Amino acid sequence: MNIAEIKEEVLESLKNIKSLPELENFRISYLSKKGKVSLLMQELKTFSNEEKKKYGKEINDIKLFIEDEFKKCFNFLNEKFIEEKLKTEAIDVTIPVKNYSIGHIHPCTKVYNEVKFIFKNMGYEVITGPEIEYDEYNFEKLNIEKGHPARDEQDTFYINENIVLRTQTSPVQARVMEKGKLPIKMISAGRVFRSDAVDATHSPTFHQIEGLVVDKNITFSDLKGVLDSFAKAFFGENVKTRFRPHHFPFTEPSAEMDVSCFKCKGKGCRFCKNEGWIEILGCGMVNPKVYELCGLDKENHQGFAFGIGIERLALLKYEIDDMRLLYENDVRFLNQF
Amino acid sequence: MKASNNFLKLYVPNLNVSEKEFAEKITLTGTKVETYERLDKNLSNIVVGKITKIEKHPDADKLVICMVDVGKEIVQIVTGAKNVYEGMICPVVLPNGMVKTSHNIDNDGKGVIIKKGKLRGVESFGMLCSIEELGRPNSLYTDVDGIFDMSNLKCNVGDDAIKVLELDDIVYDFEITSNRIDCYSVIGIAKEVAATFEIDYVEPNTQFKTSFSDKNYISIDVKNKELCSVFSTRLIKNVDIKESPEWLKNKLRAVGIRPINNFVDITNFVMMEYGQPMHAYDYETIEGKKIIVKTARDGEKFKTLDGQDRILDNTMLTINDEKKILGIAGIMGGENSMITENVKTVLLEAANFNGVNVRYTSKKLGLRTEASNLFEKGLDPNNAIKALDRACALICELGIGEISDESISIIDNLTSEREISVSANKINNLLGTKIETYEMKTILDKIDLYTTINNDTLNIKVPTIRKDILGFADIAEEIIRFYGYDNVSLTFDNVHLIPKLKDNNELVEDELYNILTYNGFFEIMNYSFESQKVYEKLMYNDDDFEMKQIKILNPLGEDFSVMRTQLINGLLSSLSNNYKKQNKNVKLFELANIYIKNENDKELPIEKKVLTFGAYGDDVDFYYIKLICEKIFNQIGLFDVRYSDLDIKYNFLHPYRRANIYFKNKLIGYLGEVSFKVLKSYDIDKTVTICNLYFDELCELADFNKKYNEVSKFPSVERDLSLVIKKEFKVDEIKKIIIENSGKLLKHLDLYDIYEGSQLPDGFKSVTYNLLFSSLDHTLVDDEVDAIINKIISKLNEIGVEIRK
Repeated sequence: MNIAEIKEEVLESLKNIKSLPELENFRISYLSKKGKVSLLMQELKTFSNEEKKKYGKEINDIKLFIEDEFKKCFNFLNEKFIEEKLKTEAIDVTIPVKNYSIGHIHPCTKVYNEVKFIFKNMGYEVITGPEIEYDEYNFEKLNIEKGHPARDEQDTFYINENIVLRTQTSPVQARVMEKGKLPIKMISAGRVFRSDAVDATHSPTFHQIEGLVVDKNITFSDLKGVLDSFAKAFFGENVKTRFRPHHFPFTEPSAEMDVSCFKCKGKGCRFCKNEGWIEILGCGMVNPKVYELCGLDKENHQGFAFGIGIERLALLKYEIDDMRLLYENDVRFLNQF
Repeated sequence: MKASNNFLKLYVPNLNVSEKEFAEKITLTGTKVETYERLDKNLSNIVVGKITKIEKHPDADKLVICMVDVGKEIVQIVTGAKNVYEGMICPVVLPNGMVKTSHNIDNDGKGVIIKKGKLRGVESFGMLCSIEELGRPNSLYTDVDGIFDMSNLKCNVGDDAIKVLELDDIVYDFEITSNRIDCYSVIGIAKEVAATFEIDYVEPNTQFKTSFSDKNYISIDVKNKELCSVFSTRLIKNVDIKESPEWLKNKLRAVGIRPINNFVDITNFVMMEYGQPMHAYDYETIEGKKIIVKTARDGEKFKTLDGQDRILDNTMLTINDEKKILGIAGIMGGENSMITENVKTVLLEAANFNGVNVRYTSKKLGLRTEASNLFEKGLDPNNAIKALDRACALICELGIGEISDESISIIDNLTSEREISVSANKINNLLGTKIETYEMKTILDKIDLYTTINNDTLNIKVPTIRKDILGFADIAEEIIRFYGYDNVSLTFDNVHLIPKLKDNNELVEDELYNILTYNGFFEIMNYSFESQKVYEKLMYNDDDFEMKQIKILNPLGEDFSVMRTQLINGLLSSLSNNYKKQNKNVKLFELANIYIKNENDKELPIEKKVLTFGAYGDDVDFYYIKLICEKIFNQIGLFDVRYSDLDIKYNFLHPYRRANIYFKNKLIGYLGEVSFKVLKSYDIDKTVTICNLYFDELCELADFNKKYNEVSKFPSVERDLSLVIKKEFKVDEIKKIIIENSGKLLKHLDLYDIYEGSQLPDGFKSVTYNLLFSSLDHTLVDDEVDAIINKIISKLNEIGVEIRK
């Protein structure tokens, strides 16, 4: 057969091929062991050496030509085939997933974790203490002797004459100081109890975080620095803090810290009762009397303490208006944090 | 503690700041203003008017037409009030003026504007006002409902009624901390005001004239000196009981005290001024002219002046005459000696009683009064004497009685001015400030802490009323209050501790929170106390440790009477709460302390942290909860945890679907399906499965030490093993045999199918395991693996387990 004719024929038949199986038939008839190109090769063996040289090249060229055309056609059809196959696998990506469910931690835990994170970053240790406590630690070592009016302010649950449900996390302070190892730089968090009936702003169980730093030369201005940093970390860098004189039996001087209302930026709104400030925590320099009561030398110890109500922070941060919600455990509430 | 601006200005006449500025500044020096209220808020264009003529309304029986002289003119006003009469003087709001309320409407606190209008066809130019329409409670002013009658007041027609009624005042409510007993008094606050705004303080007048002598008008015997350090009296003869002058009444009204008569009002006024309760006895009722201060007899009865019978005990201090009790010391007087309109002679008393004793008595009797609230704070005995003088000065000023030359008193052990010396340098070191010594002195002098300087030492005289100032730290606080907390800079301590990694407790807690929340569990919080009935409901056995509950001596009620020894009730109650609210598929957990009674009640109870989780809804069954357990155990490094149903006794769990959980033979918790009986009592109509893990044990056993184990480079070989066993047969046995007989080559064992059905004999099931073998040093050949499998099969045959054919 004339080589040029073969070329014509190949181009003509490839033009009509529309599928991969058809192309496979083409391959078999031209490029397989018994295909037309192979036949030409066998024919060539019968030629003289001179003719071999001449036709050999021609046959080789035509072989390369067919292989090349085949490959082009294969690539084209293969792409088309994959594309069509993928099309049949189309899905509706907007169908919602089933059984999606992630639980949440309680808003109080969330707030506690944040506060803990802030103080740990400032180098504080985390220490725990018992929730049921000796009267001695809860009151006496904190300069609240029997008959002190503060015992009425913190209505106390008693287990017996000497054991109470702690009314504050401060007894942990006494326990740490008693050990007498300086420096102290700690926070302690946990449940506290006061015999308040349940209402929108009171609960007989709530949580506090206590902080204590004691060394030889800790100052009131250090206290301000630390708590101002805490407020900025927790409420945002733009909040301002304000320290007001206050009274706690175990600190002197004592203060309460307010932050500028983060809703109205201090202008005064319903949230801050038009004051522009929101009360956040109580703090002060450890009362020298407390060092004495904890068996430390009051001349050589100086430090500060503070106490933060976790529920209070949670109510403020998440704008929850009723404390009871925190203890109802309704997932429609818990789901929001 | 309430005080009004006009009341304060009696002692700080130069106080002239806006209420906002006042509140802000006084708060920053330590006397916090909690709220303040202008009494004339929403009041305008209100004058004193006189009704000159009243006519019937032509078209309305209940209305009358008044002609009212308001000074500049006579206006016609229609009113429905019943108490009007010709000649009545009353407040009148003129057209476009404003009142606080009208017909009980307060327009959301914005006030009500009165316009001229027509009432049933008759024109009306304004409104006659009741005191309530001016925003003040009727009870503080009068017993009569209706238009407020000002006929007895000194005023002229056309005067500004707000000024006449002293409503141009501001009432401040101060938060006074318990240490500042001196500030439970208007003069105490006035001193703070004077120091804060740097204005003069004017002491109240305590000078008076006496008019007769009677050295023996009373004899006083104080039996319990430790409970009564001062009992001071004066006799007032020819008393003229009548209404107090308006200026005095208005001071009391502003702080919410109803004026009664001049003597009662003076004792109340002085109590407000000095923070010192006083008492006035009808002298004629005191038998034997004797006062005996002593504790009551157990069970003794006494009628207080509120008409209530009180039963006393032998800790309660009483004031007696020769025969009877006259009053409960520091709390309330008796009906038998109270002053009435007919009183001729008054014994006026100011005393000092032990604060703690007053508090206990008041608590035991359930009787709290203004007086007990003050006494229980522990007052300054010297103040009683000053207050008595002040009351006499007012009696003298008002000319309402003759005062005895003598003040018969028992005064025991009066405290005197103290002197404190502190180092200025030490104060600066405490505060982190550089306040000059003379500046400290200036501040201290301002608040009556008179100071002299000697080099670095401040010598300070502390008046007795400042019982809170005991030492160096208290002086530091006084200085910084007026130096300004805001003027102290922000610094940081230089305490450096070596940072610590999280300990096991924190690591375990992190894992629990992560696993539970990622698996859809919500954290809950419940109270630590509950009802003892819970333990019946959960059907605990007598010997379960949960029965060792701690009782609270003074609980909020039965529902809060014991400390919880388990978190199961909280979990089930919360699940029930959600179920009732139709929340579907609810999974909850709580990590909290339980409290177990210590046999030695001198020692603290045992506190244990416990994790409880449980759920109802789709896909939740015993194995789901077990899966969560396994995830937890895996993450905290507890492998080969064992589940056993042999020794679990909790009756609130399904008897055939419950198990104790052990790790290395240590009990670490339990899980199970909650019994339907219990669920019924929680009103849950779905299957609930719960798990309880002992957190402290988990932390102790948890292993977070990780070391690399070599991974095989050679291909592994898998085999499946299908076995037929009796239905009640526990697969743990099979697992044990497979592991024991596989050696190190077995890398993974998976029970992946359990079949029960028609292809098996009755009472049998088949279980199919997949075993994966591999070696670290060679490619396994079939013979090796076959040998192991055959060994397993023959061992299984020994306990009656057959290969499924």
